[in-house]
Amino acid sequence: MLSKSSPRYKASRRRFLRTVGLFIGVMGTSLATLLPVIAKFIPPRLRPPGAIDETDFLASCIKCGQCVQVCPVEAIFLAELDEGMGVGVPYINARLQACDFSCDAVQCILACPTGSLSSKINKKEEVRMGLARVAKPEACLAKLGLGFKGQARGANFTGLLRYAEIDRWNPIPIRDHPYDLELCDLCVRECPIEGAITLQDIDGNGKLPVIHKSCVGCGVCEMICPVEPAVIVIDERKIWEEV
Amino acid sequence: MKGNLAALMVMLGKAPQKPKQITPPAQAIHLQKRTKKITKAEIEFIKNELKAVEAGKYRKKWRNRRWVSIITINLLFTLSFWLDIQLFEGSIIASRVLGFHMADIYSALQVVLAYKIMLINLVIGTVTVFIIWLLLGGRAFCSWVCPYHLLAEIAETIHLKLAAKKWVTEHSFHRGVRTVFFIAFSLLAFGLGYSLFNSINPVGMISRALVYGPGIAMVWILILFLFEVFYSRRAWCRYVCPMGLTYGLTGALSPLQITYNLSSCHHETACHIVCEVPHVLECVKKGRAGNVEVDVGADCTLCGACVDVCPTSSLRFEIKGLSHIS
Repeated sequence: MLSKSSPRYKASRRRFLRTVGLFIGVMGTSLATLLPVIAKFIPPRLRPPGAIDETDFLASCIKCGQCVQVCPVEAIFLAELDEGMGVGVPYINARLQACDFSCDAVQCILACPTGSLSSKINKKEEVRMGLARVAKPEACLAKLGLGFKGQARGANFTGLLRYAEIDRWNPIPIRDHPYDLELCDLCVRECPIEGAITLQDIDGNGKLPVIHKSCVGCGVCEMICPVEPAVIVIDERKIWEEV
Repeated sequence: MKGNLAALMVMLGKAPQKPKQITPPAQAIHLQKRTKKITKAEIEFIKNELKAVEAGKYRKKWRNRRWVSIITINLLFTLSFWLDIQLFEGSIIASRVLGFHMADIYSALQVVLAYKIMLINLVIGTVTVFIIWLLLGGRAFCSWVCPYHLLAEIAETIHLKLAAKKWVTEHSFHRGVRTVFFIAFSLLAFGLGYSLFNSINPVGMISRALVYGPGIAMVWILILFLFEVFYSRRAWCRYVCPMGLTYGLTGALSPLQITYNLSSCHHETACHIVCEVPHVLECVKKGRAGNVEVDVGADCTLCGACVDVCPTSSLRFEIKGLSHIS
């Protein structure tokens, strides 16, 4: 036994205390990453197609970014450290670049090694990312009886969309595909899911887009909407039964 | 074998012990070294050698090879995404290399403990990586692949320069705390249902930054870097990283290792100065080798610094059971 006044005892005691400090410091930092999740500082995020329940999604994502790599329209981004535990977890900003299912086979789901994006989904119609909602009906061009001419999101917008009639395999910039419409129906026209959205008469008081049960929440309508801010938005993770 | 029980205990944090038995041939060499007079010229040689090593002046053959390896592998991840050549898709934490799934073992363990489900792709990826590093020496991942290792080496160089000028002092921790981290992070993942380690893992952060662009997460990397420069040499790799410990356990049965030969060693322990994990080199201390040839322990990262620094070639790479490689 070392005597309590010996330098070796003191040095080893100091080292022990330092080690405890290191342990508390590192564990504390890791636990602190839970705060933004628990306190819900994080904005609700639109997750890539096939994302499982949010808690399980955060638990299972290994943060590798393979989903980012396979996306042909580069819609997927990885979250920053300000999202704490969610750092490195993928999300989509639909207004900037929606998932337009250009890949057909839901590539991100195939790429996911952990099942955070559920491999039970085989085609785009089975995806449920959220639901589209007409947030500002009064601003809708169709409601106002207006047409639309020109680039849907302006000349500086870099978002991509696949126009099957132009190139079946490669999505092109939306700005390279100007429109000339008598009545704006961009959200209906470009929706990649059949029957998810239609333009309907509202009591003889103009037309509005109406969202149907088959909507998968991909966000193409939100991306293409020429009104600023978008008339139509995606409610993340919302499913039809709740409406 | 790298991973005998004693070597495993040392890796988990136990202080290295004197060997219980020393073989007769080793005893003979130890005796001969004890009785032999050391000449003045030899003392002078060793003094100069230690001085040069402490100043960082020694051969860097293996270090250069490692740096080429680390940079090439991480660059392949970056280029695969940027040029869309799809060779190394993903990041160091989980990827598809030429289409084959790969996953870091401890990161995968975190996910499985948190999520309680392990998909076949993750099983394939983890087993693949396990087999690779079982063959290639476990912690060789750290010094030959890990992007944080390269950064930590730069921090270490600065730390040693500052320490030589007495501007900073080295603070060591108890090595056993890495085992405690391993257990604590595993329990937390299981209990909380979140893979907490993955959210502060600098290896994943740097790898993602290299592929997908840097962000706020680099602040955490900077904190670790400064901590290692000004406070404690190689702190993350030595005392924290459960990934490194996992690769150490993986490589315990590996045939690829560093082998120590007692015969011509000067016991000046220059190798201890350069080693990230000097506790694996206990055998080079005078009178400590239990055999003429000793397998260097499982915690060894196979970085080759000791091979570079040794003037008598007493330390060398070896594939157990095969002829020596140099």
